[in-house]
Amino acid sequence: MKLMLFAPELFMLLGSLLIFFFSLANDDGKKSRSVAIATSIGAIILCFICLNKSGLLFFKAYQIDLFSQLFKLTIAIGTAAVILFSRDLKGIQEKIRPEYYLFLILSSLGLMMLVSSVELISLFIALELSSFCLYLLVPMRDDQQGLRTQMESAIKYIFYGVIATGIMLFGMSYLFGLTGTTYLNELIPKLHTLGSEPAAIAGIAMVLCGFFFKLAVFPFHFWVPDVYQGASNETTAFIASVPKLGAVAMLIRITTLAAPQSEALVTMFVVLAVCSMFYGNLSALVQKDIKRMLGFSGIAHAGFILLGLLTMKDTGYATSIYYIFGYLVMNLACFLVICSVSSKGENVTINDLSGLHKRAPLLALTMAIGMFALAGIPPFVGFMGKFMLLTGALQDGQLTLVILAALNTAIAIYYYLSVVKVTYCNSPDGHEDITVPLMTKTVSIGLILAIILMGVMPSKILAIATTAVQGIL
Amino acid sequence: MDFLILNEGFPLLSVLIFLPLAGALVALLLNNDDASRLWALFVTTVNALISIPLFSSFNLDTAKYQFAEHYEWIPSFDIYYTIGVDGISLLLVLLTTLIMPLCVLGSWNYIKTRVKPFMICLMIMETSMLGVFCALDFALFYILWEAMLIPMYLLIGIWGGPRKVYASIKFFLYTLAGSVMLLVAIIALYLHTGSFSIPNMMGQAYSSTFQIWVFLAFFLAFAIKVPMFPFHTWLPAAHVEAPTAGSVILASVLLKMGTYGFLRFCLPITPEATITMMPYVLWLSIAGILYGGFTALAQKDMKKLIAYSSVGHMGFVTLGIFVLNTNGVEGAIIQMINHGVTTGALFLCVGMIYERTHSRELADAAGIGKHMPIFVTFLAFFSLSSLAFPATNSFVGEFLILAGAFTHNKIIAAFAIPGAVLAAAYMLRMLQKVIWGGTNNPTHTLSDLGMREIVVLAPLLAFVFWIGLAPQPFMDVMHTSVAHLLNQVGVDQGPSALAQMIGK
Repeated sequence: MKLMLFAPELFMLLGSLLIFFFSLANDDGKKSRSVAIATSIGAIILCFICLNKSGLLFFKAYQIDLFSQLFKLTIAIGTAAVILFSRDLKGIQEKIRPEYYLFLILSSLGLMMLVSSVELISLFIALELSSFCLYLLVPMRDDQQGLRTQMESAIKYIFYGVIATGIMLFGMSYLFGLTGTTYLNELIPKLHTLGSEPAAIAGIAMVLCGFFFKLAVFPFHFWVPDVYQGASNETTAFIASVPKLGAVAMLIRITTLAAPQSEALVTMFVVLAVCSMFYGNLSALVQKDIKRMLGFSGIAHAGFILLGLLTMKDTGYATSIYYIFGYLVMNLACFLVICSVSSKGENVTINDLSGLHKRAPLLALTMAIGMFALAGIPPFVGFMGKFMLLTGALQDGQLTLVILAALNTAIAIYYYLSVVKVTYCNSPDGHEDITVPLMTKTVSIGLILAIILMGVMPSKILAIATTAVQGIL
Repeated sequence: MDFLILNEGFPLLSVLIFLPLAGALVALLLNNDDASRLWALFVTTVNALISIPLFSSFNLDTAKYQFAEHYEWIPSFDIYYTIGVDGISLLLVLLTTLIMPLCVLGSWNYIKTRVKPFMICLMIMETSMLGVFCALDFALFYILWEAMLIPMYLLIGIWGGPRKVYASIKFFLYTLAGSVMLLVAIIALYLHTGSFSIPNMMGQAYSSTFQIWVFLAFFLAFAIKVPMFPFHTWLPAAHVEAPTAGSVILASVLLKMGTYGFLRFCLPITPEATITMMPYVLWLSIAGILYGGFTALAQKDMKKLIAYSSVGHMGFVTLGIFVLNTNGVEGAIIQMINHGVTTGALFLCVGMIYERTHSRELADAAGIGKHMPIFVTFLAFFSLSSLAFPATNSFVGEFLILAGAFTHNKIIAAFAIPGAVLAAAYMLRMLQKVIWGGTNNPTHTLSDLGMREIVVLAPLLAFVFWIGLAPQPFMDVMHTSVAHLLNQVGVDQGPSALAQMIGK
């Protein structure tokens, strides 16, 4: 049945339509929230059911395979988690909450369509659907200080975004010009025969730039700190985690276009990885706003993900997928705490977490585990991912890169640890106790379990990811 | 897998490793301080009892890894769950299981706030420490080696003294920074041999440069953990600020992981590099012995004094390991156990004074011999053991190490001798102050040791004399493994091998 192939997307679309109707009526966000929760959880279930489906839709521009379904499932999970723990949308005005949910759902719908797109134009449209919703989510923040920082962030976000998209379109025109097709499965053999033709490499590199922007790889990271700081906590939680899934999926798809062992591309990946890691980690050291800190740490993690891509092998891609799944849960765990600690939707500085272990023990534990996992301390998922990426890169002969990456782990631990220090070793100093709603508690326990179990038993996910990657090669 | 003697039936080692973790999970459900204490004591005691068969049914005639278990874990990266013990790790496993219930008992009244998380941290520590000593897969080893930092960090950072934040962060950063290159070395070895199995990595033909680099990566990680001079600066801070149980675990078990790492990895995996680097390591050990001794002599804080004495004692251990002969290595292994017993006991003693006077200053504890006769008796025995007085355990270890050092190189051995004298000086100075003090002792109203405290110290005292007077059962378990180890390094011409040749 062809309908089942498109079922998760269709369900999300229906859900967003329903929220659209609520947004026309005078809803304060409660009904839209219920619909959004139902939509995202329904999408998880549907994605799970459709995990092993395969087929082609829409004039072969839309491919359903294990690779895309796996990513759809995690996108749905990420979206659901963000909606569940951002319980009251503290940073968003009541009257625009339905619209907020609408754009959130549409954005993840765009990402779901993105990971299935195997034709350049449909890929572009799906990407823009997701991006434009995000551009709109940023300025929706309640202007509490009257400084309109959210507007500044939104402008920065959209300008950088449009430029990155422009570069990507330019690259696509090269690919089309060289091969006369926009279908990826036709592009692959043609580009492989072109080998290391400069025009082909330039085209692929430029298309990659669009997704480097999404993943926040150096030098496409400039939007990160300001957008993270200016957007409301819930929005940042979403931007920091879910779109990166789509970005990694597409980076893998685009990288497979290049001839294997294309040296120019590998060199580019190496340079970008090193720059991202050092820039991200060194800048994160001095941050006081925890969202900014996580933004810079995200840049460093993006560099780590490139370690898997540059091997240009199925195991390398699979570890990248594993790593980004892990990053999703670790990052969501940290943002869950940020959203819960912020009482009126304001930004949270690291010092606001003082004595969190007395104010809300579960949140403190979640934060500590999230931070240790991001830092790459075993037995959490961050370590396993890092370990496998380093192994893959060293197997590829990148000794210098691996040593630099290992050094970065040592640098990074300082700022992650300083957050743990504040939560566990400082006294509350007048910060109030936090009551955590049951839903948030459930989500945070779920995330903790995911971080630990993915770290201790990685083989299952890795096997699925490897099969998925082999399917698209 | 011919280096393993697989354990059919009851998975003894796995139970030992995971019982405390299971205990920690169960403890999450308790919500009463006393219940948590009793539960932790129960779990650690059961673990100690379970570990006894390891010693009683250990096969003395083989250098293979016994009680081994081998399961698939992450097949795509050739990572297996492989565990087992040999003569080198057996005693360390037993030391860990012995120390843990004493740590729980020793912090019975010391820890008053957040008892449950404290006990959970202790139990998680036990799991990861036992795992490190049993792991025969390098990935498994590294995971447990690093994972241990988290509970230890929390032990110091939450329940520690006034400068706990500084001490805990320094401990964490130092140890982690040391081991990132270890990870790279492990991956490099994996790519050479195609598996993470530690015994498989031994005895391979690596190039000399490769060996040197791997050795340096190993050395940095393990030397920081030991800690060897000049990587020791985290130790006094961590020891002083940690709660009693934390100091005991740190001194008795964590420091041994560094020297265990030398024995398990540096020597057999990179034998050529070991021989090349031997002189430098030996002189660093001498520096540590002398530096630790002189610095301990100047301390006013009892915990600091013992911490610096640890630097000196661990210097003896590394000296014994790197002279690369039977006496030296066997002495080093037994000295690792001795240091665990004696220094652990000394930290417990200081903790007991601290519970009464709320000060670790020598001056505040002056002259308590009059009020606490039982306590000072224990303290005197442990201090004598620490300075390697004949008939105590450390004498056996230090004697063997020095004998080994003299066969290797007389000059180096001669430089180690003042270390033994210094140990007597600083320990007797402390004893004199604590027992008698001077003319202006502070006025004390102190109660002597209670039953619980005697129960904590008595087993350790028993071991002090048992190893001191009849070390044979402990030495027997290590002979075969040590001979095998030295054979792997290629220097099996020690005195006992010589004796065997003459015997034929």
